[in-house]
Amino acid sequence: MSAQVTQVDETPAVTALRRKDLLGIADLSPQEISLILDTAEAMKEVGSRPIKKVPALRGKTVINLFYEASTRTRTSFEIAEKRLSADTLNIAVASSSVTKGETLADTAANLEAMNPDMIVLRHSSSGACHFLSRVCKSAIINAGDGMHEHPTQALLDAFTIRERKGQLAGLKVAIIGDLLHSRVLRSNIYLLTKMGANVWVCGPPTLIPTEVARFGVHPTSDVDAAVRDADVVMLLRIQLERMEGAYFPSLREYFNVFGMTEARLKGAKPDVMIMHPGPMNRGVEIASEVADGPYSVILDQVANGVAVRMAVLYLLAGGAEHEEAA
Amino acid sequence: MKRLLKGGRVVDPANRIDGIHDVLIDGDRIARVGRDLPVDGATVVEIPDGLIVCPGFIDMHVHLREPGQEHKETVATGTASAVAGGFTAVACMPNTTPVNDGANVTAYILARAAEANLARVYPIGAVSRGSKGELLADIADLKKAGCVAITDDGHPVSTALLLRRALEYAGMFGMVVIEHCEDQTLKGDGVAHEGFHASSLGLRGIPGAAEALHVERGALMSELTGSAFHVAHMSARSSLRSARKAKEAGIRLTCEVCPHHFTLTDALLGAPIPYDTNTKMNPPLREEADRDAMLAGIADGTVDAIATDHAPHHYDEKKVEFDRAPFGIVGLETAVSLSLDRLIHTGLIRLPRLVELLSVNPARILGVAGGSLSEGAPADVTIIAPDLEVRIDASRLRSKSKNTPFDGWELRGGVAATLVGGRTLFRNEGVRLNSL
Repeated sequence: MSAQVTQVDETPAVTALRRKDLLGIADLSPQEISLILDTAEAMKEVGSRPIKKVPALRGKTVINLFYEASTRTRTSFEIAEKRLSADTLNIAVASSSVTKGETLADTAANLEAMNPDMIVLRHSSSGACHFLSRVCKSAIINAGDGMHEHPTQALLDAFTIRERKGQLAGLKVAIIGDLLHSRVLRSNIYLLTKMGANVWVCGPPTLIPTEVARFGVHPTSDVDAAVRDADVVMLLRIQLERMEGAYFPSLREYFNVFGMTEARLKGAKPDVMIMHPGPMNRGVEIASEVADGPYSVILDQVANGVAVRMAVLYLLAGGAEHEEAA
Repeated sequence: MKRLLKGGRVVDPANRIDGIHDVLIDGDRIARVGRDLPVDGATVVEIPDGLIVCPGFIDMHVHLREPGQEHKETVATGTASAVAGGFTAVACMPNTTPVNDGANVTAYILARAAEANLARVYPIGAVSRGSKGELLADIADLKKAGCVAITDDGHPVSTALLLRRALEYAGMFGMVVIEHCEDQTLKGDGVAHEGFHASSLGLRGIPGAAEALHVERGALMSELTGSAFHVAHMSARSSLRSARKAKEAGIRLTCEVCPHHFTLTDALLGAPIPYDTNTKMNPPLREEADRDAMLAGIADGTVDAIATDHAPHHYDEKKVEFDRAPFGIVGLETAVSLSLDRLIHTGLIRLPRLVELLSVNPARILGVAGGSLSEGAPADVTIIAPDLEVRIDASRLRSKSKNTPFDGWELRGGVAATLVGGRTLFRNEGVRLNSL
């Protein structure tokens, strides 16, 4: 839970993820992050071949256990698994025994009885992946837990930034939107501060987490200050139901105060990158002209998601200690 | 049958006693306390050096879960847990199934307590029918059936008006209104203290102000009505400030603090076991400044009582995602060790003050017997061993539930023996105490 900006040190690069699970960015070292990003470059190449498949995970069973609706993340994981030749299956909550009142622990125990190698979990409760990792032998990959972390999203964001800018250290990254409820925010804060970026977070005070400055970021509600000279502007989704919680008066007012428009973007660096983890609310956190404009790398993020998830799956399968017993 | 507890240090602040005294127990009553009392046919129990004889400890805030939630705890297992933890009496909260809002439920609890025949049980009735916050419960009936106080614990009394009426009405019977202080709108669907750790873990927060707001409300309603108001499980530094101010203004406000709120902080949410549901309770573990404020309030006298908020839950209920787990931990068997380790051995307070917090004041606030070793008082005695090395082992708790964040903790100080009505109901096998 390192909250400080740490510089990338000079220790030799690590070559394997010696951990059972990927629960969050919080417990990754900068070297491990670099390893994943480097590995993702090789994986991206695999995806550009006519035959987009390597045998790395042949014979491995991966379960995608999604307790929340997801299009992008689930598809991305599934494509990544298939490109690595894993046997993969998706558990859709609506058609499973979960709706019969089974607990997460029992569902996991039953899945474990069938001896999978990895479980990719998306869940609405923060900490669900930590919980599962305590009751499961399988590797757990966090595909988003509540308001906590979404590590593969932060990794694909970092990959996308690095692809364009060469490095993360020293860049000004402004993250704007619903900070409070965002797992993407937390993972990105951990990752970007670990890699030496200068992170600004911006939103209405009602949507800024308590004591966020202790994470080593600059909180502000002044969107122009956040955007000024930014190398990267990342918008976070404003959920429509937040109005009911009185976090802000209306979507119109939110857009007027915080929405990313071409005019606001003028304060940023000329080569600014516009990012969004999706799904977007056009005309709320981001104007369509910006989303579809020349600075937008939103679809690159999606494309890179597959490569980054391939890297994570590959590294966990190869480096985890539990594999040695197999 | 007479028994003479001989040669131990007796700490009985209600009688201003702190020194080597003998305690003569005749049947179920204290017969005499004095130096070198004649044996006079009594069985002599030599109290070894280092043990302290105290008036029986009273936990004024426990959940015995019976009727209706017997998978978590029963009156029998809860009172077994109480005596093992050094408590000779407990006051049990009305949020059972059904709610203790009428004489029949109260009578049932007391019948189960009589069957168990362990710690004394003082039922606390509901303020409102079904604790729904609409109509007052039959408070006179509750009083007559044996309830010693009223509360809608688990929730605050729904409105200021109902709280005012409850204070006025219960005041007629001299009953204190105990309040779970928490503004429900500020709490929202919060599951942890609003602060750095909740931010980091992505847990919805409950600010300390949610509690303090209702401490203020209670103080104002108590001032308006002149009736006694008691703050349950106080946790926030702003609440302590409000309580202190109310007391300075002469308002009849008292307050209790739980051992977990003077020992733990919200840092425990993330480490060593991230999202451990045994760190989830309401009010939540707060930040260091709050924990330190609770310690300061204990030291300066603002805090009146230590109570456990003993809240047993079955492991099935706790073995779930953090935000789906019920609030609460068991506390009866860890409170005395935590108090000795963190309050006495740190030099924060001295033993007479601890006995006030655990015995004298709970008896006074609830208006029940006990709290002293006066002649003729019930022979409810807790003998503590302040230097005993104790290792908390959740699996060995007498409580039916094992939901404690203190499993494996090593603490200095424990309970040597517990006597209720002159009967020895608990004796610690790690302490040498012949013929007790």
